[in-house]
Formats: sequence, structure tokens, C-alpha cells
Amino acid sequence: MSFAVCAILETADGKLKKSAAEVMGEGRRVANALGGNLDAMLIGSDTTALAEEAATLGADRVLVADHADLASFTLDGYLKPCLKGIAASTPKVVILAASVTGKDLAPAIAAPTSSGLLTDVTAIEVVDGAVTAKKPVYAGKATATIGGGSADCVVVTIRPNVFEPAAAEAGRTAPIEALEYAGADGIRTIVKEVLAKASEKLDLTEADIIVSGGRGMKGPENWPVLEKLADAVGGVLGASRAVVDAGWREHEEQVGQTGKTVSPKLYIACGISGAIQHLAGMRTSKCIVAINTDAEAPIFKIADYGIVGDLFEVVPVLTEELVKLRS
Amino acid sequence: MEILVCIKRVPDSAAKIKVGADSLSIDPSGVEYVISPYDEMALERALQLKDEQGATVTVVCLGVPAAQKEIRQALAMGADKAIHIKDEGGSRGPLEIAQALSDVIRERPYDMVLFGRQSIDADNSAVGVIAAGLLDVPIVTLVTKLDVADGVATVHREAEAGTEVIEVKLPAAFTAQRGLAEPRYASIKGIMMAKKKPIEELPAPEPRGTLKFEGLEPPAARTAGKIVGEGAKAVPELVRLLRQEAKVI
Repeated sequence: MSFAVCAILETADGKLKKSAAEVMGEGRRVANALGGNLDAMLIGSDTTALAEEAATLGADRVLVADHADLASFTLDGYLKPCLKGIAASTPKVVILAASVTGKDLAPAIAAPTSSGLLTDVTAIEVVDGAVTAKKPVYAGKATATIGGGSADCVVVTIRPNVFEPAAAEAGRTAPIEALEYAGADGIRTIVKEVLAKASEKLDLTEADIIVSGGRGMKGPENWPVLEKLADAVGGVLGASRAVVDAGWREHEEQVGQTGKTVSPKLYIACGISGAIQHLAGMRTSKCIVAINTDAEAPIFKIADYGIVGDLFEVVPVLTEELVKLRS
Repeated sequence: MEILVCIKRVPDSAAKIKVGADSLSIDPSGVEYVISPYDEMALERALQLKDEQGATVTVVCLGVPAAQKEIRQALAMGADKAIHIKDEGGSRGPLEIAQALSDVIRERPYDMVLFGRQSIDADNSAVGVIAAGLLDVPIVTLVTKLDVADGVATVHREAEAGTEVIEVKLPAAFTAQRGLAEPRYASIKGIMMAKKKPIEELPAPEPRGTLKFEGLEPPAARTAGKIVGEGAKAVPELVRLLRQEAKVI
């Protein structure tokens, strides 16, 4: 059986990223629909244990480019082994996470391999061997259905937190093949240093729980209220455009059409009225909780659960209840 | 220094998007169009570099004839000239868009090509990377700081692990992330001057249909849930619902 799908897995801090299981889960489903095998591709340094882990996630073969020069991502550095791996795999579909890295790699792979490109998709369908995907456009204000076209191969990036992750099957093995990589040359972008993030928290797009604040927070000095709630639920902080524009919070936290589009399990909106561009960025969350003084706020129209009230009274009590629950 | 900035005409982020009668495109009635916000941030940084150290800033736009409004807007902000690749319609995927842009860019002198990180309509985050590949220049995406000295750009890139400080020799391409620059308002003088600035018009290549657009639909409806109650006394019930009904905590 030939290889139908090549799943490119990302690593961070010596581990497979959470998205890797999602890429493998959907990769397996698409490979089965196409009647072919599933390749996993790993690029990095010290990847032996990770390649074995990729096998437990369902890979029929694991392609590995392992080199000290590949310890961190550069597009120039990663593209070459990626193209080598795809040449070895000759898949019908290349699948990656629509992450910061995936968004760099996918288009760079698609052009030289003359592949179709479907980005940030939320569903993939295979009918008679042709790949079609659903993709949110206008930051989620509409959903497009796009076919991969006539190309032999389609490169697809999948939105984090949407697809069913592959369950690990302990003891499952697969052949591991090394992709030749002679070391860095032709890397034109030189990373001089990496400035640490203010917090070690997950990127918003990959977070399971987001606690988000808006104008109702009244000022940047009040954020400890939300930080405590975020800590209590193991969540990451988000923000509305209004508070980012006001300079209360950093733009990395902005959720919405000109910020991040997120799909967490739980989204808690505190003092956010729900501007159309904000709703677009978070409406695919699985469960939305809104806390707002204005019972007519648009956020309540899409929230699963709402509390009408002053967030400065409600949030501390909620935090306390959740801390009790944990202990 | 020659700086090219690629801009796209898109519906404003405050626009309500209604699916058109063809179920393929949006209903444009009542929709206000603007320069895609990330493209505008890229343009602003180019104009700042022009102010700081001198540069010629050229905007390149693949767009329908009506996109001349956004091109004039860019010229009013301070761009020196523009190239309008006139698109008479038909849908194009990111590969075709990047191809059309890079075919025009290749023929001109440039030190930098700037893009937005993504357009806020198609949301692909792909055109800049593909165009840079076709032009065979390095690209840094998600740039929040961009300085140039002696033919070398020093940039900050918003990566997952933190902010990467990257050096790259020009010519190079970059995509703008929020934080790079806050776009200026066009002055009255700028708007007057823009009317006299040159716009070179070129025909767009025929759409090749490398992707097949099969449909556009409103997002899955979310029905309003329930108001659990008012004030802090509603919290215990909310926690119960989150645990037992939604099962998210």
C-alpha cells in the first residue's frame, strides 16, 4: 500500500506538541478514506523517543530529520528536509497544524511541490479520492467549502483544538527512516536570541480554557482578578480589542478578527459586550460563559451560560468555588 | 531604499458578513471596504522607515477596479506610487495571488517586500511566504519590530516560545503582526497629493482555478444559552452546570 498522507508533527521542549496527536488522528482518518498508509514526519534534534511515540499514535512509518542544527525552527532550515520527506512519501495529502510554525511551512511546501493549499480548516472530507475542506473565513463570520483542485497533492493545515486527537497505543511500533540532512546551510534568517515570554502559558490558540477580559474590567490594574480565575481553572488570559487598543493588555492576548481566532473547551468572557469582530474570533468555543452587567449585551446571545452582574463581585466568588473544587 | 508593500481590499472588521445569492461569495451591499489591517500596519512601518532614513514606498495591489479607493488611501497616507494589478473577478487561491504579485515584483528594484500576516477575509496566512519563495528571497513572518541598517534588517518575530530577534540581509520579505506600527490617519494634504500620485495599471492573469470554491455558508448557528442568574449568588449553579451539563471543568 502506498502512503496517502504525510503528517508533519511539531515538537517543543523535547516533547511532541499537543497538536501532533490531532494531526495524527485526522491524518489516519484521511489516509483510511484514501485507502493508503500514514507517514509521520519529525524534524528536530534528539527525536528518537519522539519517533517511537509517533508510532504509538498510529504512524505506519516515521520519517525523521534529526540534527543539532534543527533544534529550533527556521523556515529555510526546516523546508529542505520537509521537501525531502515529502519526496520520499509521495502523499496525496500533507497535513500540519495551523500553528505559527505550520503557517510558515505549509505554504512554503505547497508552492515548490505544485500542491493545492487549504489552510486552517475545521473539517476534511474525502469523496472519490478528492479532498474538500471546510474553512472559516472572515475570522469565522462565514465558512467556505473549498476543494483541493486538480493538483496531485494537497497541503492542509488544521485548526488546533478542533480535530479528534489520536489515542496512543502502547507498544505499537513502526519503521523509522532517517532523512539525510547534512547540517545548516542556506539559512538566511539568523536567530540572534529569543526573548522569553512574559509568562510560560500556552499560546491562546492551543489553550483548553481561556479567561478573557474587556472594557468592563475598568482598568489594567484590575487584571489580578482574572489572573486568579485563570489560575484556578488552569486557563490562559485573553482580551478584547478595546482593552488592547487602550494599552491595558498586550496584543498577544487579543481575541477576534484582528487578533487570534480560538476554539477552547471553555471560554469565560468577563466584562466583554461582544463586538462582532470579537464574537467572530471565539464563537467556535465549545462552551462560552459570559459575565456582564448589561443583560442586553450581544455576548449573551451566543453564550451557553450567562451571569448578569458585576464581574468584580462574581469572578472572585467563582474563583473561590473553583479553588475549593480542586482541593 | 526601495520598499514594496502588498495591500488587499477587504471588508472592514466591523462588517456583518452575509452570504450572497450565489452561495459562493458575500453580499457586498452595505459592506465597507478597507485596506486589510495587517497590510496597513506593514505600510505604516514602511512609511516610518521612509521618514527616518529615506525610501521610496510603492504599494502593490491585486484587486478589483474598485480597489483604487484603497490604493488612493495608501497614497494619501504617504506611499509614493502604486501598482494596481486589475482583477476583473474570479476566485484565486493564495498560490495564484502570490504568483501574480511576484511576477510583477520580480521586474522592479526592491530592498524589502512587506505583507500583512494574513488578509482578514480569506485568512490564509500564505501569500507572503509563497511570494518570497517564488522571488527566492528570505522571509520573516509575524514581525512586531523592523529596523534596517547597512543593508541588514533586524526584526522581532512573535514565535510560540517567545520573541525571536532575527537578522536578515536584504533583499528580504516580511509579514506584519499587530504591534509593528499603528497606522496613521491620512492628512488633508496627503489626500490632496494622493490624487496626483501615479498608479500603474496592469492586467491580472486569468484565474486558473487551482482551488475549487464550492460554497460559502453562515457559520454554524449558536443558540443563546441560559442566563443562570444575577450576581454572585448564581455562581454555585454555574459551577454545577459547567461540571455536570457541559462537563468542561
